[in-house]
Amino acid sequence: MDAIFLQLLNGLDKGGAYALIALGLTLAFGTLGVVNFAHGALFMFGAFGAVTLNKFLTLQQVVLDPVKKTAWGTPLEIKTPYIEAWLGDFGAILIDYSVPVSILLVIPFMLLIGVAMERGLIRHFYNRPHADQILVTFGLAIVMQEIIRHYFGANPVPQTAPEIVSGSANVGQWLGIGENLVYPWWRLVYFAFSAVVIFLVFAFLRFTTFGMVVRAGMFDRDTVGLLGINIQKRFTIVFGLAAVVAGVAGAMYTPILPPDYNIGMEFLVLSFVVVVVGGMGSLGGAVTAGFLLGVLQSFASMNEIKNIIPGIDQIIIYLVAVVILLTMPRGLMGRKGVMED
Amino acid sequence: MSNSKSEISRRKVIKTSAAAMAAIGAGPMFFTRGAMAQEYCNAPKGDTVTLGFNVPQTGAYADEGADELRAYKLAVKHLNGEGDGGMLNTFKPSVLKGNGVLGKKVAFVTGDTQTKSDAARASAKRMIEKDKAVMITGGSSSGVAIAVQSLCQEAGVIFMAGLTHSNDTTGKDKRANGFRHFFNTYMSGAALGPVLEKEYGKERVAYHLTADYTWGWSQEKSMKDFTEALGWKTQTTVNTPVGAGDFSQYITPVLNSGADVLILNHYGKDMVNSLTQAVQFGLRDKQVNGKNFEIVVPLFSRLMAQGAGDAIKGILGSTNWNWSLQDEGSKAFVKSFGAEYGTPPSMAAHTCYVQALLYANAAEMAGTFSPAGIVKSLEGFKFDGMGNGPTEYRAEDHQCFKDVLVVRGNQNPTSQFDLLEVVEVTPRAQVEYDAAIMGGSLGPVNAKAC
Repeated sequence: MDAIFLQLLNGLDKGGAYALIALGLTLAFGTLGVVNFAHGALFMFGAFGAVTLNKFLTLQQVVLDPVKKTAWGTPLEIKTPYIEAWLGDFGAILIDYSVPVSILLVIPFMLLIGVAMERGLIRHFYNRPHADQILVTFGLAIVMQEIIRHYFGANPVPQTAPEIVSGSANVGQWLGIGENLVYPWWRLVYFAFSAVVIFLVFAFLRFTTFGMVVRAGMFDRDTVGLLGINIQKRFTIVFGLAAVVAGVAGAMYTPILPPDYNIGMEFLVLSFVVVVVGGMGSLGGAVTAGFLLGVLQSFASMNEIKNIIPGIDQIIIYLVAVVILLTMPRGLMGRKGVMED
Repeated sequence: MSNSKSEISRRKVIKTSAAAMAAIGAGPMFFTRGAMAQEYCNAPKGDTVTLGFNVPQTGAYADEGADELRAYKLAVKHLNGEGDGGMLNTFKPSVLKGNGVLGKKVAFVTGDTQTKSDAARASAKRMIEKDKAVMITGGSSSGVAIAVQSLCQEAGVIFMAGLTHSNDTTGKDKRANGFRHFFNTYMSGAALGPVLEKEYGKERVAYHLTADYTWGWSQEKSMKDFTEALGWKTQTTVNTPVGAGDFSQYITPVLNSGADVLILNHYGKDMVNSLTQAVQFGLRDKQVNGKNFEIVVPLFSRLMAQGAGDAIKGILGSTNWNWSLQDEGSKAFVKSFGAEYGTPPSMAAHTCYVQALLYANAAEMAGTFSPAGIVKSLEGFKFDGMGNGPTEYRAEDHQCFKDVLVVRGNQNPTSQFDLLEVVEVTPRAQVEYDAAIMGGSLGPVNAKAC
């Protein structure tokens, strides 16, 4: 029972990340009709936004020790973070909370990157075949990866969650099902965070005039244009919003998985499967499929399941995708006419 | 008409005969000269000898590759008589004089293995065929090492392996033209076993998570063999895909499995991620079977320890070399490397630097760069002063035998590099084995022209 509950939590947690990336991909596709293979790189940029803030906050003043020397004969360096030296305890708290605080930095940064990407490159490919869009965005993703590798190296850069949520929560005790069921606090935080972001995106599209126009534009762009609304400008902002969703998802994921330059690619392929299973262009489908596939992948990796079907954890997502596409060719919630030309 | 024809014909016969005689006379001389020039593959001409450094410059192990390349460049400097000489001053017995090798200045070309066997073979092939490299060295993966070793064997050049830890490199996939200085999974198991017994006792239940490729399987088998010999039980072994990223779905089943030790047969990014996540899931705070739950990482690297951050503290593992060693060879190397680059060398850098020097010394000893001469010099070669104590290149499998370090993640590091503390130096005798148990055959040396 404990094992099943743990895998469920695990799947929801992983599904949260899939859903956030797939949501951004679907936003870009549903509005601009662009298949954005650089979306994973936006997730990675967000993650390195958190890393950059942490590096900035932990910049250290270096004083050379007059006595001690390094093994190669140079004076030993004594390092203290500037921020701690200047702000005392508040500086230490800032460093401790650098990951959640980085969200404040990542939101405007990713909005800027998203808008610049759309205006500078992607708009030139609106009327080109999807294959061209895939090639150019994939190329862009490689460029973004190499920039990060140049500045941060190829090895993962560990980030820590704030001290208060760095341990494990006794979930079993909360639910009255035993003492052995523990789960990392930060993963619970991430799940809650992804749920909040998804809710905010949906609320934004559902309850604001801007969102209403965007939804109308997604449904019938030409008619909205005939009403005198500059739908292109709104779509550009939506592309920026998609970048923000990917970015914050990446930043908050860093304590779970130390980011490296390739982290976006690892999520991108699975997220595309999520989008296709959910239904191209369907925001609800992307979120539902994200959580569904996350949970299925998690259960498939249980030893009891793998003993019956070895290697099932590696193929479950693709297997489910094949079954769903065979029985529901437009995915779980796909709309008629999307990517069917 | 017919007379005339026969006369011309006679002249032709005479001319042809003369030409044939000349050709027969000159022929052997020509071929002999050619044979001398092409005595072996890429025999160096002129006053330089070219070595090929095949390291991961992109991909997951790019940082290790960069450190390997730094070490090779330093080795070239020292071989050519520049810098402070590093281990040239401590390496014994050595005939290296710091004036190049066999009177030739050492030059090098580099290739990018990308940590992919096909890419590594392609770059090694390019260095052999286009750049005329007489020896290929480097790499940071057993899959790559085995693939490149086999290519070098076919091409007729020497391969001095970089970081490769699978038993197979000098076991079932060994080749006469290939040599490994780095230790292997058997040695890790043999060195770790007694320390694990001392630290965690004889009654333990182990759960293995294993990288699903040649090195992971090799590491799992060694750890299983040695821990079961102590009396430990193996609860479950689970193969995980290389580069899985999120290992949480593999770690959660460990929590209630009844195991009290998790052995992570992972390396590189996989090790960083699986270890970090195992700690996040509270494994190290758990009590199982009345004992503290423990995590073991059989192969440690300082560069990887940096990635794992605090999670590495207190974790036991093994390593080929660590910069904190205080023997003369290690001190000389750390001093040279630190002065040149501002950081201490990694174990990957160390093994690559040593391999370059060993090759150069073997060539000097043999008086030739021919693979036949190099193999003869290196087989059974005993040396010291290179950071691992007395070491021998065993003739039977071209594997170096030396002391092995058991290390622990440092609880109180004094600097960003001070991540591993040496728990025990396991003597060579304890990690030695009969070459026959690993299978494979060296086969004949390939010293043909290419």
